[in-house]
Amino acid sequence: MATQYKAGVKLKSAVCDTQIMVLRVPAEPLDIRIGGAPALAGDEAGTGAALDPALAGGSLTGKRYTDAQETMEFLCTKGGEGTITVAGYDIGIKQAKALPSSD
Amino acid sequence: MNIFMLLEMAADAMPDRIAITSGDESLTYGDLLVAARGAAALAIEHGASRLAYLDVNGLAAPVALFGAALAGIPYVPINYRLTAPEIAALLERVTPALLVCDGQSVPNGIVAIAPAAFLARARAGGGEDLIAPDEDRGIAVELFTSGTTGVPKAAILRHDNLLAYILGTVEFMGADEGDAAIVTVPPYHIAGISAVLSSVYAGRRMVQLPNFDPAAWLDLVRRHGISNAFLVPTMLQRIVEHLDAGARVADLPALRALAYGGGKMPLPVIEKAMAQFPGVDFTNAYGLTETSSTICLLDPESHRAAMASDDPAVRRRLGSVGRPLPTIELVIRDEDGRELGPGEAGLVFVRGDQVAGEYHGLGSQTDRDGWFPTRDRGWVDDEGYLFLDGRADDVIVRGGENISPGEIEDVLSSHPAVSECAVVAVPDAEWGEGVGAAVVLAVGQAVEAGELQALVRGRLRSSRVPQAIRFVDALPYNETGKLLRRVIREEFAA
Repeated sequence: MATQYKAGVKLKSAVCDTQIMVLRVPAEPLDIRIGGAPALAGDEAGTGAALDPALAGGSLTGKRYTDAQETMEFLCTKGGEGTITVAGYDIGIKQAKALPSSD
Repeated sequence: MNIFMLLEMAADAMPDRIAITSGDESLTYGDLLVAARGAAALAIEHGASRLAYLDVNGLAAPVALFGAALAGIPYVPINYRLTAPEIAALLERVTPALLVCDGQSVPNGIVAIAPAAFLARARAGGGEDLIAPDEDRGIAVELFTSGTTGVPKAAILRHDNLLAYILGTVEFMGADEGDAAIVTVPPYHIAGISAVLSSVYAGRRMVQLPNFDPAAWLDLVRRHGISNAFLVPTMLQRIVEHLDAGARVADLPALRALAYGGGKMPLPVIEKAMAQFPGVDFTNAYGLTETSSTICLLDPESHRAAMASDDPAVRRRLGSVGRPLPTIELVIRDEDGRELGPGEAGLVFVRGDQVAGEYHGLGSQTDRDGWFPTRDRGWVDDEGYLFLDGRADDVIVRGGENISPGEIEDVLSSHPAVSECAVVAVPDAEWGEGVGAAVVLAVGQAVEAGELQALVRGRLRSSRVPQAIRFVDALPYNETGKLLRRVIREEFAA
């Protein structure tokens, strides 16, 4: 089910430990899934879905996930077994140039 | 969004790694999370609208920063070097607050607790059920500006601003387990805030040095195997002079990276430092309180390229502050707001999610399109390197002509007898303002004022020639290395 999200919203997987925070989204409803099952809002209960073995590539804490055009961005705040997907988009880890520490 | 998330992620991923060391005491990320929760509960119990901190750096500072975030109230570190009446005036502006401080008399509405007692109470637990509030545009930190030009303004940094900076520049757990950063900037400085947030997110142990001294710094860096350091220019200058006196290079095998910022770095100091720390990566960081710390970087490769180059255009970049972060846009505009091209000097404007640009009571200083006026003057070269040219407020207006102190200071500093100098506006009956120069002579050197005036006349226009030159023992800086031009102006005017 597609939902219109906004920056700052936290979502969790229904089928693994993955948690993400929305950093940036386009102004359109999105179908965000983790491990194949629709991502849940913080207070939503799971529906007993199981991890789709085809979408078990995993997510990594601290990585930012984005689409090819970088129209959306999610921060993985807790990693898990499920893959983060958004219907109609190709989602992958954002490749950012490493910066020297300046603090 | 809430910066507390940074600590939660660190404590979840590496609970037993040491987060921070101060003297003989340390906290792991797990300990820091427990203490921050306890601090939040304590602040809520006291009905505090702010969690203020008035002390030298200690373990209690990061505990208070994250504790305030979890409690949903601003963290307000206050400059402990101010006079008692100045501190009292600031405290009046933050009530009702819980204040971490030692032996300060406090106004009504402030509950004071000593740092050791605060830390003990925080570490004892509490607040386990608290959830960091995620309200839109919540305020994480309020920092009083140094007030070099008037009454201190309270700069507002929102959770969104600080998170944009950290997520955009720091790799989560990007530090090796053995890495450690020495923190010498005071807790009330923006670099003191960003040091905590960056280090926690990178998983880099912090080692605090509450009172800077070159010998103590070198000792601590050696003993703790420090890999990363940040210094304001005056601190690096004192380290360079200290090493010079011993006639040796720094013997600090673990030190890999040295960042500096917070004021103008004199070229001779960075050149000498690069020679004294041969294997170390130098980074110049330019940023403001209002921009949540760094917005431009001169990276290690650019330092080395500039040092090795015979091309004056490349060589001079050692005196630049580098290029904007990938997440920051930067333009130069003239006084009328017209955008300028490479090589044209004007006012520096920046835009980006980390740019807060607002003060209590004054609101947002950004324009309709989100551009923030830094009030720094500068220009960019063909490859986007930014060269700063002083504060807009420091420009000398002589008979309608704008004169930037920086170009005159560069000429004066090129004289071998001049160790340091500062050019300021002096009252002038004919022109309104004239050019004055305070000059510190190099050890054992002497020069006549006339020779320096002739030097400037030969290189710049006659309007740039200082009409008054004072030879002084030292220039006035504040403790974080900011040159106090106001003090020099007052001395000329007296």
